[in-house]
Amino acid sequence: MRIFDPHIHMSSRTTDDYRAMRDAGVRALVEPAFWLGQPRTNVGSFLDYFDALLGWEPYRAAEHGITHHCALALNPKEANDPRCVPVLAELDRYLRKDSVVAVGEIGYDSMTPAEDEALAAQLQLAVDHELPALVHTPHRDKVAGVTRTVDVVRESALPTERVLLDHLNETTVAAAKDSGCWLGFSVYPDTKMDETRMVRLLREYGTEKVLVNSAADWGNSDPLKTRRVGEAMLADGFSDDEVDLVLWRNPVAFYSLSGRLDLGERPERDDYAGNVLRRGAPADS
Amino acid sequence: MDSPTLPQALAALRAELVEAVPHEAAEWLEATLGWAADADWESSFAVATRRVGRGALPVSGMPAADAARVLLLHAADADLATVTRLYQQGDAAERRAVLQALSYLHLGPEAVPLVEDALRTNDTRLIVAAVGDYAAAHLDQHQWRHAVLKCVFTGVPLTAVSGLATRTDAELLRMLGDYAAEREAAGRPVPEDVGEVLAAQPPHQPQHPQEP
Repeated sequence: MRIFDPHIHMSSRTTDDYRAMRDAGVRALVEPAFWLGQPRTNVGSFLDYFDALLGWEPYRAAEHGITHHCALALNPKEANDPRCVPVLAELDRYLRKDSVVAVGEIGYDSMTPAEDEALAAQLQLAVDHELPALVHTPHRDKVAGVTRTVDVVRESALPTERVLLDHLNETTVAAAKDSGCWLGFSVYPDTKMDETRMVRLLREYGTEKVLVNSAADWGNSDPLKTRRVGEAMLADGFSDDEVDLVLWRNPVAFYSLSGRLDLGERPERDDYAGNVLRRGAPADS
Repeated sequence: MDSPTLPQALAALRAELVEAVPHEAAEWLEATLGWAADADWESSFAVATRRVGRGALPVSGMPAADAARVLLLHAADADLATVTRLYQQGDAAERRAVLQALSYLHLGPEAVPLVEDALRTNDTRLIVAAVGDYAAAHLDQHQWRHAVLKCVFTGVPLTAVSGLATRTDAELLRMLGDYAAEREAAGRPVPEDVGEVLAAQPPHQPQHPQEP
């Protein structure tokens, strides 16, 4: 089972997680920029984080045979903090980078005017940089939030076919599917979706344009939930090909809209300037 | 600005790159190198990978995009402020290209902080690029020895280190000898290339570090 986790926050996870993910079949992932749990107080805090998503984190992933791309954005929650909003001006130069395959996570948290502005501005950035957008749907007042999100996307210059609506569930999937957006589901131990309900939705709404992610972060989450969904699909009678569509080909198709997704061998890793032998020593120098 | 003459190594690199990439990419490269001295070449620097692809060159083994970026930096005769900005705002691949280009640019030791920054990371892509000719020419002896040790600790082969034969001194041999002893005490193997350096010039006791 080959797995592409289209939404996971690896900088919050351990090296053991990378190893377990590789063993479970994860070969590629996208890490969207998000809230760190602790509020940021300045723009520089975002820049160091973006640099990590473009530098150290892909390196760490490659050490475990996993290809790492990222999505960059001002997240919805911090779009409300005037100390953070000026990062929007810095995004232009970051969105040019090779391993950036989407603008994200953008969207609504509390549905404030500041969030309206940040969402519209960043949908336009996606247009300018020919990138798709990963749009988070709010956890509170979700149904209204999805409706409003779809309205804003429709008012933007970004076609719905280049938008992934994430964190969907039973109450929001129909509206999202009608919108023409790609459909993202986050599978969690306690909240959001679980694998049994996910299989039920796949039966009801089909596998087309559906992406399943672990959205694992610093909270109670599980980076192997993608694998668990694949197993639950097989147990329910879905074919290997259908599992591959949901867990690999759909995320590949969505992020390929960027024109930058690269799942091939990366010459920059170990085979340049002689073979860099991993000596088994921890890189603690 | 006079267009800088192409050092032999870069001329060879340019020829290899033009030969290796598709026709369209080669045309883009020739055009962008042609106006690099006076146009917005930095946007070409940013998109180089998407233009020339991710493949490695057949002879030098250098990623094609690294080669394109090094050639661009040289063609633009990038100054200290420019290389510093491109490094600081670059992703890992862009930073690596800046590091590799340093020895071809008209820079004195002022760009050493970029090399120091790269040597503080644990990213071997950057470390390999940092221990080239520029480091051999401009790091002081203490920094240079620690750069060599950094390679040893992160698994970068010592063949990547420029000037190893000429800059290795008694103090570096003492450090490598101590490292080998520490490995042996822990029951771990001593990396082959460390053993080779020590075998060629065994450290003699006692050692008195000498600063250049």
